[in-house]
Amino acid sequence: MNIKVLYFARIKESVNYSTEDIALPIDVDTVVALKEFLVKRGEVWADLFSGKQVVRVAINYELVDDIMALNEGDEVAFFPPVTGG
Amino acid sequence: MTIRVQTEDFDAGVELAAMRVASASVGAVVNFIGQVRDINGGDMVSTLTLEHYPGMTERSLEAIEAEARARWDIVSSLIIHRVGALQPLDQIVLVAVASAHRGEAFKACEFIMDYLKVQAPFWKKESTLVGERWVEAKTRDNDAQVRWKSKNN
Repeated sequence: MNIKVLYFARIKESVNYSTEDIALPIDVDTVVALKEFLVKRGEVWADLFSGKQVVRVAINYELVDDIMALNEGDEVAFFPPVTGG
Repeated sequence: MTIRVQTEDFDAGVELAAMRVASASVGAVVNFIGQVRDINGGDMVSTLTLEHYPGMTERSLEAIEAEARARWDIVSSLIIHRVGALQPLDQIVLVAVASAHRGEAFKACEFIMDYLKVQAPFWKKESTLVGERWVEAKTRDNDAQVRWKSKNN
């Protein structure tokens, strides 16, 4: 499955990506599985996605929970709690 | 119902006048303006940079506005939020609500601001003398939003 992943604010700076296209292995089909997949990339990713930090997730512009399923072509965004206004 | 995410400044007087004269059914216009403060966490702030998630930001603000309209009898509403680099005294956000009577407009305006604070994907980064830092989300902003769920407004 191919998805697009976006990173914002502090998370963007930590991972040094703003956006990337990822071809996921067949068993990576939920947000929680995607996080586990990203954690394997190394220490920076593990710090972000292994539960120590609050990371919000949106799929196709909607805030979702970690159990949400991923679909082909999804735009997945990771970002810290928002601070506008 | 208007939503604008922009780098340019805005003129609240012009915006409010437009909402007021648009309909004689309007008896009240309430607004909130947020601006950049010069000191945060004890440090002088020289620049506040606002990042957002284009596409999702607008969707999120539209959803908040729709929820406010579902709860209260509103004639019109306006949300303008700036992004990019801002300095102390610069305006950040304008929320305005027009309604027949003040009660609806006061509540809806506060509701929109409280939800914007915790749901709309904007992030602030401060430049201070001790360096750059991302602004942390505040628990009291979450508390301000949650109270709307438990009250029958």
